[in-house]
Amino acid sequence: MSSAASIDISRLVKRFGTVTAVDAVDLEIPAGEFFALLGPSGSGKTTILMSIAGFDFPDSGSIHVGGRDVTFLPPQQRDLGMVFQRYTLFPHMSVAENVAFPLKMRGVNRADREKRAREALATVRLGELGDRRPAQLSGGQQQRVALARAIVYRPPVLLMDEPLSALDKNLREEMQLEIKHLQRDLGMTIVFVTHDQTEALTMADRVSVLDGGKLQQIGSPRALYEQPATAFVAGFIGETNFWNCTLAQPVAAGAEVTVTLDGGDEAAAIAACALPAGPARLAVRPERIRLGTAGLAGMVAEAIYAGTSTTLILRTAGPDLRVRFGPVDVLPASQTAFTWAPQDARLYPA
Amino acid sequence: MRRRRPIGGLLVAAFAYAVAVFLLLPSLLVIPMSFGPDRFLRFPPTGFSLRWYAAYFTSSDWIEPTLFSLEVGLLTAVVATTAGTMVALALVRGRVPGRAAIELLVMGPVIVPTIAMAIALFLVFDRLHLVGTLFAFVLAHSALAMPFVVFTVLAALYRFDANLELAALSCGASRLAAFRHVTLPAIAPGVFSAAMFAFIISFDEPVISFFISDLDRKSLPRKMFEDIDYNVSPTLAAVATMLSALTALALIIGFLARRSTTARGPSA
Amino acid sequence: MKRPSRFTLGGRTYSPAASLALTAPFLLILLLAFLLPILVLLRESLFVPVPTLANYARIFEQPAYLRILLRTLRIAAEVTASALLLGYPLAWLMANRRGWRLALLLAAVLLPLWTSVLVRTYAWLVLLQRDGVINQVLSGLRLTNKPIGLLYTEGTVVMAMTHVLLPFMILPLYASLRAIPAEYGRAAQVLGASDAAAFREIILPLSLPGAASGCLMVFLLSLGFFVTPALVGGPQQKMLATLVQQQVTELLNWPFAGAIVGTLLAVVLVLVAIFNRLVRLDRFVGQS
Repeated sequence: MSSAASIDISRLVKRFGTVTAVDAVDLEIPAGEFFALLGPSGSGKTTILMSIAGFDFPDSGSIHVGGRDVTFLPPQQRDLGMVFQRYTLFPHMSVAENVAFPLKMRGVNRADREKRAREALATVRLGELGDRRPAQLSGGQQQRVALARAIVYRPPVLLMDEPLSALDKNLREEMQLEIKHLQRDLGMTIVFVTHDQTEALTMADRVSVLDGGKLQQIGSPRALYEQPATAFVAGFIGETNFWNCTLAQPVAAGAEVTVTLDGGDEAAAIAACALPAGPARLAVRPERIRLGTAGLAGMVAEAIYAGTSTTLILRTAGPDLRVRFGPVDVLPASQTAFTWAPQDARLYPA
Repeated sequence: MRRRRPIGGLLVAAFAYAVAVFLLLPSLLVIPMSFGPDRFLRFPPTGFSLRWYAAYFTSSDWIEPTLFSLEVGLLTAVVATTAGTMVALALVRGRVPGRAAIELLVMGPVIVPTIAMAIALFLVFDRLHLVGTLFAFVLAHSALAMPFVVFTVLAALYRFDANLELAALSCGASRLAAFRHVTLPAIAPGVFSAAMFAFIISFDEPVISFFISDLDRKSLPRKMFEDIDYNVSPTLAAVATMLSALTALALIIGFLARRSTTARGPSA
Repeated sequence: MKRPSRFTLGGRTYSPAASLALTAPFLLILLLAFLLPILVLLRESLFVPVPTLANYARIFEQPAYLRILLRTLRIAAEVTASALLLGYPLAWLMANRRGWRLALLLAAVLLPLWTSVLVRTYAWLVLLQRDGVINQVLSGLRLTNKPIGLLYTEGTVVMAMTHVLLPFMILPLYASLRAIPAEYGRAAQVLGASDAAAFREIILPLSLPGAASGCLMVFLLSLGFFVTPALVGGPQQKMLATLVQQQVTELLNWPFAGAIVGTLLAVVLVLVAIFNRLVRLDRFVGQS
């Protein structure tokens, strides 16, 4: 059995009544990749995961795992691992029995499965808790056991449905590292659903951003952050300032162009896609706005101190802008000028 | 478009539906038969006739027990609901000495078989010459209905936010006024459905009625029992049909009343 | 400032005096119509005319009465088993359905529950008597020449009682099954369990509390059941309830009737006590 499998999703469509939860999504996940499905609730990310797992059959499209067509295969025959958000461990079994359960289903004899369960628990550093009941474990420990249970039979793919959402912040970061290390050691493909963009960006090799059932962009965390393909991605990942503007001429994708901002000033930006002449939206990140003596006119309305960074609210001829930089001793003067490099601003359709 | 099958086979689902039919069928069968014209019940009925309904309404042998049961039922509803609501209030808001004993007593008529209560009541009422009296029936049925009233009102009280009553107090209302204007309207639907349940329990009650009925003062269930034992006349089918309809109606009203407790809060 | 009277409902909770006042009517009714009569009856069985256990001994020593006791226990067990077998699939189906389908199934369970026992038992008589529906249909289809005696057999009593008591099995089972999160079944499937294995290993054990409640309720109700055995059963199917009725209405043998009731109460209380211990023990099993 291979240690990791690729996942190929082709033109997946799933409707619930009149709502199209997944709208013709294509995904190609190479074997061994840590892949995140990111989006707000209702974006379709959970439905895609459920389709890969086999709890939802698609209305059209296909799903291949390791080259095998699993589109309509029942979940028990897909040989996948899965960790849920809550109600993960069977309450009437001990921790060890929980972890041994998938081996029992595969006909492994008692001695072998007890041994392998203990090994799996040791992998998540819970080896001594095998005889306890799930109710006696903390939330973080329960999820670690769920992890052990999902990998004890070495599935080629591990599915995770917002497994850390129910944990508090410190525990979450600890678990994020743990999962990353597990994947590095065992090498399986992971499909990770989350609504938390920081989580997706820190853990995944590649992230797909979904909204309203449609794929917005797939790419490495850096690509998503530095070159968001749509206004939605720009706004969803990290912080973005949006400024409505007007294009004098149509422009090709990737071309640098000067636009007229609302309020009269002119600025330069890169077009994210081909745009016609007329209204458009300019997006620039708070940390890319530079304050100085030359540029557009702005007035500092508020300064927000947040330890590692300082955020300023800048009044402009257009909308209020958020500007961010590292800790400083001296704040800029009330009346200041601001500017940005053309490659730090992107243009989107209005 | 393939849909995910639930766990388990179609066979189990089919069996389950068959059981549901098994539950409903006997009572449903009686309904068309009650409209048959024949002296003996036929299935399927050979025609349509209301003669057995007419026979019921024109026979004092049937009407008198019916009126008696109605009287008992209404009084039981009033008595059981009042006493039961008061107990529920005390259990939820009060500091009751011997709370465990009270709770046990509430469960009493549910755990103890009705036949035991019936025999015991017959003994006592017989000695006191109270057999067949309105008082005996209302007392017995109230005791029987009490647990159901308490459970229903407790449920309504738990759903009601006690802080609303405190808010009324802080606005200057007396405890009693707060109860009357804030709490009571909110739990009223629950209390009303408890009253309906108490009425149904009393009206349909067969076992205690059997023993504490008299020759001339008997409840409708007792009359039905006698009729079943001696001759299965189609009038009984008409009575059974009407009773089922009444029960279904009361159930629906009680259910809707209980739902409206959650749908709205206390009236302003 | 004057101290408020003890009956004033002050503070966040009602005072003990007020609470007691609220429970007074309830206490009075249950005292008069429940506690006292039962105590009087038990006293009758133990102290009339002299303090004695002879009335109780009679049940166990006389073969006729012992037979009735054993028959009652046996029928109660049979009814419980049938109700469990028939009720579990329906409860499971209800737990897996939503919307109008669930409403329909709930109606199928609740309507019989609230319909008078007499009406339902009468329906069985109408079906099963010599000139009842089944015999009419059978002779109409030329399958029989003369009517079959379907009534007055133990099987009929068990079936009719099962029919009447089925809702008491289904409702707690349904509540128990409904409370099981869908994630457990899904987890079992993803981990490789077939539908049957998922049910056997996960759903079934988690539904046991509901099953136990249902079985207890149906068993207890069957023990003291009167109406259905009285109407559908004959003298050969006499149970405790019909026996005690005969003793009271025909023989006016109060002491013996009291002993039968006392025995019934003892069995009921013992079973309830055992059940309570088991349910509480179950919680500890989770902690061990």
